[in-house]
Amino acid sequence: MSHSSVDHHRLRLVVRYTLLSLIALMFIFPLVFMLVSSLKPDHQLLADTASLRAFLPVGDISLSNYDKAFERAPIFLFMFNSLLVTAVTVVLSLLLCSMAGFSFVYLNWRGKQLAFSIILATLIVPFETIAIPMLLMVSKLPWLGLEGLTWGWLNTYRVQIVPFIADGLTIFLFTQYFKDLPRELIEAARVEGSSWWQVYWRIVMPLSGPVIATAAILKFLVMYNQYLWPIMVTQQEQYRPVLVGLQYFFQLNTAWGEVMAYLTLITMPVLAFYLVLQRAFIASIASTGVKG
Amino acid sequence: MKTKIMKNVLLASTIPLLSLGSINGFAATELSLWYHGAGNPVEAKIIDQIVGDFNASQSNWKVALQSFPQESYNDSVIAAALAGNLPDILDVDGPVMPNWAWAGYLQPLNINSAAIEDFLPGTKGYWDGQLYSLGLWDAAVAMITRKSTLVEANIRIPTLAQPWTLTEFNAALATLKQTGKYDYPFDPGLAWKGEWFPYAFSPFLQSFGGDIIDRESYQTAEGVLNGDEAIAFGEWWQMLFQKGYSPGNSQDSADRETGLVEGKYAIQWNGNWTALNMLKAFGDDVLFLPAPDFGHGPKIGAASWQFGVSASTSYPQGAADFIQFATQDRYMTAFSDAIGLIPPTKTAAAASEHYRQGAPMATFFELSAQQAVLRPVTPGYVVAAKVFEKALADIADGADVVDTLDNAADEINQDIRRNLGYGH
Repeated sequence: MSHSSVDHHRLRLVVRYTLLSLIALMFIFPLVFMLVSSLKPDHQLLADTASLRAFLPVGDISLSNYDKAFERAPIFLFMFNSLLVTAVTVVLSLLLCSMAGFSFVYLNWRGKQLAFSIILATLIVPFETIAIPMLLMVSKLPWLGLEGLTWGWLNTYRVQIVPFIADGLTIFLFTQYFKDLPRELIEAARVEGSSWWQVYWRIVMPLSGPVIATAAILKFLVMYNQYLWPIMVTQQEQYRPVLVGLQYFFQLNTAWGEVMAYLTLITMPVLAFYLVLQRAFIASIASTGVKG
Repeated sequence: MKTKIMKNVLLASTIPLLSLGSINGFAATELSLWYHGAGNPVEAKIIDQIVGDFNASQSNWKVALQSFPQESYNDSVIAAALAGNLPDILDVDGPVMPNWAWAGYLQPLNINSAAIEDFLPGTKGYWDGQLYSLGLWDAAVAMITRKSTLVEANIRIPTLAQPWTLTEFNAALATLKQTGKYDYPFDPGLAWKGEWFPYAFSPFLQSFGGDIIDRESYQTAEGVLNGDEAIAFGEWWQMLFQKGYSPGNSQDSADRETGLVEGKYAIQWNGNWTALNMLKAFGDDVLFLPAPDFGHGPKIGAASWQFGVSASTSYPQGAADFIQFATQDRYMTAFSDAIGLIPPTKTAAAASEHYRQGAPMATFFELSAQQAVLRPVTPGYVVAAKVFEKALADIADGADVVDTLDNAADEINQDIRRNLGYGH
């Protein structure tokens, strides 16, 4: 390789990494701004927004916004509610939707194509259009619990979980992924006498790490960011999730430092969840072409 | 045998006692109360105190409070009404009350009108000739500035008896602009969206002689929102932004909050809820001035949050008892002292820290008493308010005034027709 081509290669690398760094900075700036602002008093936070100081932990730095945020709202309760609802929904969704996808790919049953088409069609129906019919329905559903038979699901965790367990996108993701798995594996297992359940649980699911990660992250984000549905179905504070809790901070004179402190706290679980599943998520994007 | 008889006697005498005990134990019927103040610890403290005092004051009712964040409160109430899950008592924003009454969410409030005779008009929610809601405070807006600002620019300080005229106000803006000291001489507050627009700016339109809806019939906006007076208002409104007197729709909300204190604006159109901060920042130099008189008298908006009784409650009298209990002077004064809200009665104002005679914010009480105009008292207001907001935002952005107001009037009329006149 000649000197000039080496230089050219280095130059291309420098340009590429500079561009990638700039793009990375663009994405990381809002998070840095949020974190840094959560440490500043309101007057300084507002004054700094016009300059680069907005991204630097300079001036009067303290954790007092966090103290005040905890005084204003039961943050741990909201985070517990959101994490509980999200975790249960994600786990049940992965199970149920992967079973549906498995059924669409490997089992033969009458009306399969029609059912899959209908499920796909639900992707274009905005939630807002079905919110009110759903509200009317859940407000009259029965439930058999410790206190006997009761009617109406309002002000419960289940009303925030059950309607979101199955959804078209997650079923679609699993269906597409399962289609690409080698058929020979499944056929060999069947020849060896495995039941369909064994094929699903022992062969297909262990090979589906990337799509499980993708579906989990997408579902996590949807559930953790729930706002409209909870304000319709939870009138009691004890069941409210984090985004409804965010509204506690928007008063006539909004305390922006407290808003940033609250946002920082509620963003932590999302970042942690993403970082844990990051590798599998990227692998899945590469293999399915699906973007989050 | 004797022992058995004694046992029976004891048992027989115990049963009525136990029954009495259980009656006492279950005597207090629970009333659910929904309130919009979640996240506001100062309000929460006072509301908790009112609820606690009421529960301790009698044994028939026990009020259980559930607070909601204000931003999502209306949506929660509407969803609950659809699901048949409304509480016994709820609070409602004054201008929204007619819509909730018309939609069947509220029932008339059984409180003797003589008991609330001296309440500020903005705190009493009447619809269809009946009282539906009652507030523990009112709010008012004023032209907030510094005495030194006006004195230095040689601008007359207006009074309640002699507010600025249109010519005077325009001249004052021009003078302040010429000083070059301010980014903008007048901040009406376009960074605040939503209800702020009709609450704060429709009084300007009314002072010009127009309105959002014709208040005689409540069946049309034609002629009032797009008549000559309204067009004059629209042109004046647009002039504020074209001449650089006021920051437009892209105003930063941070500037809205700090712009006057930082000297970016000379005069700010703002509410009594910011008055405590202004007093803290400017001390004796702060001025709370009346709205200008644009031809048909100075006007400001009225009506804030009020308590009402849900249509579905089985205990309307208990709910009304609580509301009457809550509207005692001591609680209204407590809200005023803590948050700077305007007490509804003269006696509550006289006892308050900020509104008693000679106190720095007493002007707001008089503004509310003398200049306040309710937003149109109609169920259709909730739609008309949004149409009005969009029209004003568009005009500020340079849209044709006549076309914009015509379209707004048409849109409001269509909505009224779609809803069969909203029961007027």
